[in-house]
Amino acid sequence: MIEALLVMAGLALALGAALGAASVLFRTQGDPLVDKIDAILPQTQCGQCGYPGCKPYATAIAGGDADINQCPPGGDEGVRKLADLLGREYKPLNAEHGVEKEKAVAFIDEATCIGCTLCIQACPVDAIVGAAKQMHTIVADLCTGCELCIAPCPADCITMETVTETLDSWKWRYPVFELKVEPLQVSAQPPAKEAA
Amino acid sequence: MYNSPFLRQKTSVRRVMTTVLVAMLPGIIVHVWLFGIGLLLQIAIASAAALACEAGMLALRRRPVARALGDGSALVTAWLIAVCLPPLLPWWMTVLGTSFALVIGKHLYGGLGQNPFNPAMLAYCLLIVSFPALMSQWPGMQGSDAATQLHWVLGGERALDAVTGATPLDALRTGLRGAADVDTVLQSPVFGFVAGAGWEWVALAWAAGGLLLLALRIITWHIPAAFLGTLAAVAGIAWLIDPSQFASPAFHLFAGGSMLAAFFIATDPVSGATTPRGKLVFAAGIALIAWLIRAFGAFPDGIAFAVLLMNICVPLIDIRTQPPVFGHKNGDAP
Amino acid sequence: MFGKLFSFNGGVKPDPSKADSTREPIARLPLPPQLVVPLHQHIGGTPRPLVRPGDAVLRGQRIGAADGNVSSAVHAPTSGRVVAIEPRLMPHASGLSSLAVVIEPDGQDHRAEREYFDWHAASPGEVRDFLRDAGVVGLGGAVFPSHLKLTPGKQGQTDTLILNGAECEPFITCDDMLMRAEAEGILRGALIMKRLLAARQVLVGIEDNKPLAAAALKAAALALGDAALEIVVIPTRYPAGGAKQLIRVLTGIEVPHGSRSTDYGVQCFNVATSLAIWRALEQGEPLTRRIVTVAGNVERPRNFDVAIGTPISHLFDAAGLRPDTDKLIMGGPMMGIPLPGIEAPVVKAMNCLLASSPTLFPPPEAEQPCIRCGECARACPADLQPFELYWHSRARNFGRAQEYHLFDCIECGCCAYVCPSHIPLVDYYRYAKSEIWAREREKDAADSARERFEFRNWRAEREKEEKAAKLAARAAAKPAAKPAAAGAAAAPTSMADDPKKALIEAAMARAKAQKEAVEAKNTGSLTTAQQAQIDATEARRARAAELADGDKPE
Ligand code: SF4
Ligand code: SF4
Ligand code: SF4
Repeated sequence: MIEALLVMAGLALALGAALGAASVLFRTQGDPLVDKIDAILPQTQCGQCGYPGCKPYATAIAGGDADINQCPPGGDEGVRKLADLLGREYKPLNAEHGVEKEKAVAFIDEATCIGCTLCIQACPVDAIVGAAKQMHTIVADLCTGCELCIAPCPADCITMETVTETLDSWKWRYPVFELKVEPLQVSAQPPAKEAA
Repeated sequence: MYNSPFLRQKTSVRRVMTTVLVAMLPGIIVHVWLFGIGLLLQIAIASAAALACEAGMLALRRRPVARALGDGSALVTAWLIAVCLPPLLPWWMTVLGTSFALVIGKHLYGGLGQNPFNPAMLAYCLLIVSFPALMSQWPGMQGSDAATQLHWVLGGERALDAVTGATPLDALRTGLRGAADVDTVLQSPVFGFVAGAGWEWVALAWAAGGLLLLALRIITWHIPAAFLGTLAAVAGIAWLIDPSQFASPAFHLFAGGSMLAAFFIATDPVSGATTPRGKLVFAAGIALIAWLIRAFGAFPDGIAFAVLLMNICVPLIDIRTQPPVFGHKNGDAP
Repeated sequence: MFGKLFSFNGGVKPDPSKADSTREPIARLPLPPQLVVPLHQHIGGTPRPLVRPGDAVLRGQRIGAADGNVSSAVHAPTSGRVVAIEPRLMPHASGLSSLAVVIEPDGQDHRAEREYFDWHAASPGEVRDFLRDAGVVGLGGAVFPSHLKLTPGKQGQTDTLILNGAECEPFITCDDMLMRAEAEGILRGALIMKRLLAARQVLVGIEDNKPLAAAALKAAALALGDAALEIVVIPTRYPAGGAKQLIRVLTGIEVPHGSRSTDYGVQCFNVATSLAIWRALEQGEPLTRRIVTVAGNVERPRNFDVAIGTPISHLFDAAGLRPDTDKLIMGGPMMGIPLPGIEAPVVKAMNCLLASSPTLFPPPEAEQPCIRCGECARACPADLQPFELYWHSRARNFGRAQEYHLFDCIECGCCAYVCPSHIPLVDYYRYAKSEIWAREREKDAADSARERFEFRNWRAEREKEEKAAKLAARAAAKPAAKPAAAGAAAAPTSMADDPKKALIEAAMARAKAQKEAVEAKNTGSLTTAQQAQIDATEARRARAAELADGDKPE
């Protein structure tokens, strides 16, 4: 009995030591957590999460100061990915911070722009070009859709335009021939396959 | 809206399964011819049970019952179970095994295409572990007439020694336990030219059906060849070392379920390995384990256990044996 | 290598169905009342329009200029007037529109003045630029700008030039008919490319179900008398006409996905592209027409020589569309795409138009679960495990799908063709591929946004520092006592509370001001470059500290 206990204890010690050694020897040298979180955040830099940009929010999540469901542009998928990364429970987006919207880019009505440069100062990602007293333009490819330029504009000439699908951004859809869609009961609704 | 390819070969799961059923006919016919109608009864019972379970499970899982039932996969499982079981088994055991195979072995894993284990072998293992005595009562040649067989299958009292005998593998094992050597044991009347009396013919019929499957490209050569080759090789080596304790390769090839396993059981695509090299490894593994169990284990025929054990290894085998991709012939498979 | 053929694994043998559309020679189709010439017809950048609505254009006049080198020009197929430049429905599975030049032909077909170009004397670079501006792109369906493929690979020299006349897809016969009619031009084009690539030999691969085309090419090769030309008849097996498969069959070389075949010493062009190159260089004709097979559910299947931009309804009118047609397909039945509408125009990529009827191409039966039968793996010409790709694509497990070489899949459709479970396998691959691309685009956009954001913060930080330094320098220029007094004045309440504390604060303020003054002197004379360097170091340090912080919770 004693021997058995000793053997077990010895084994436990040996294994524990091995595990400890392994964790020291093979410590992962991957991205630090903040960068991993930051990589998931959409980089819209809109501040809706309550932090001045994605990186500060990432730092706050890593430090345990912020929850994972505060980024509306990242949407549901973003929350899920964060939950995966951090091993936390998924929770729906916190509506206090806003709701998930379709991606849009800002558009300056060049006729009414007075060239005040306020929007340039507001843009977190340098997507607006122009100089004082000159008409300003938004580079649509660079715009993240953060909407931070709309409020400062004294002439109210900035609007958000939903990004429409183009031939280049078009995606093949998920194939719809699925067995599951067929309901058990014969219902009035035709199966999705025929409806499609 | 559907996309290319707009052309499709005339083929379907139903067609594949039907072909397998047809290929099983020679084996079944020879078996019935030699051993009586018991097998037919088992097939009928197993088919009914399988169809009922399949329909019930599909309904529970909210899948289109008629379409999935029509694919024939449940029938193939049922027939395979039936041909593995002793033909005089009481009906409720067959029903039990078949239901277990369909409900637990197939649908609880997600239905057709998702089961990691061969359902027929699961059923066989369940029964032989639970009812070892009943599972080793096989009819002898010209043993009993149809009415008696029907009576027994329906659960009637059976006079054990009178008409039920052992399979050749059983007889060999018992004989060897009794300290006789192989040659002496093989003198007994249950044995025929190479294996059991009558069993050689059944095995040949299975092989014929298997060749049909090969010819129709339902199965590839890899699994039968690797299975039979490995079985012959290990049996051959052991036999050369000590012919008095180990049966000959020919005996192993024609006894028990060797041929059935080589062409019909190990070739189950769902639970087996899929890459060409993987199939070789998979089948060779089954043959090796089956022989070990036959030679040293507690059960007369180890094929069922061997198949299940190799089923566990399938994901690993498949990953390890990915064939090289076009243009990447110098490695870097996943 | 003479006479020895290789083979690729897999492949299928569908009924070729090519007889109907080869009965009659190619017909030249009259011009429609309106031509819709899309600007973006090729892989690469979208050309800039060079004309405006109302402009008169001539045949062969450039109306869209290549946007960068990975692009290709677009030309007016006939003379007439530009009526609009607007988004029009494209022959694309998406059903989306893109910018097109709408031309109303004047019926005169006046030709633009021919640019004189002596390609014999020109450098290879000039020839490539000329071909780019002549709008020559691959006409086999991939529409990759041809000039980009005429650059010798790493070895500096291409051993074998391959002309692809295999045309393995059922129903399509445009290359077949073109080879019969224009064998000489095709081979002359090949000889031009041979020179540009410094190739040793030219192999023309033709499937053995096109004996007339092979005979025509053989005769033309004999007449040209160039020993480097060889016409090779290969066994008919889909997809032998895939570039990689054809290269494999003719040379035994396997070009992996993502590498250029020139790096393996081979280059492959479609026969129609070869003819287009010859016409561009020798006759100064830019690419404005192509041959299109119209087949399937039509009364008179045939090949038509049409102007690019012709609405496809015009072709179907000529071929006689049957009333029970349920969909239109661009390309063949194996790889074609369903067309969104009959108004879409003919584009450079369009080799075939198929009318489908429920009897000709019945809708697929319901998808059943994969039984892992391995049929698809046996049929796959890229030696993939299609069911594994399917499994992971379906589960949206794109990383695993890529590990199983999703991007080596050429979307040939062989796997779906043989699948007993009727799984639309290729749809899953297309879906997975476009999701992966979209994610990559998103990630790139996010990365660049992050960079710009960080740069902007860094810039703001630097501006703040500069301002502070300037202020401090100004302050230091005044007597040192003053800041101390200011410090004392700034904190009157604290002084009232605790005179000692006020004294300390005043002293600290003095010291700080002094320190800043010293620092300011140090840095005042720095050049901007030095300053930038210092700032960058600082930023790095700050980031390092931040990273170290971030590391802790892990
Ligand atoms: S809410 Fe805006 S700033 Fe915050 S993490 Fe999301 S995108 Fe970035
Ligand atoms: S052919 Fe179809 S059923 Fe067979 S393995 Fe491939 S995907 Fe699965
Ligand atoms: S479509 Fe892709 S996976 Fe399918 S056979 Fe062709 S290359 Fe292979």
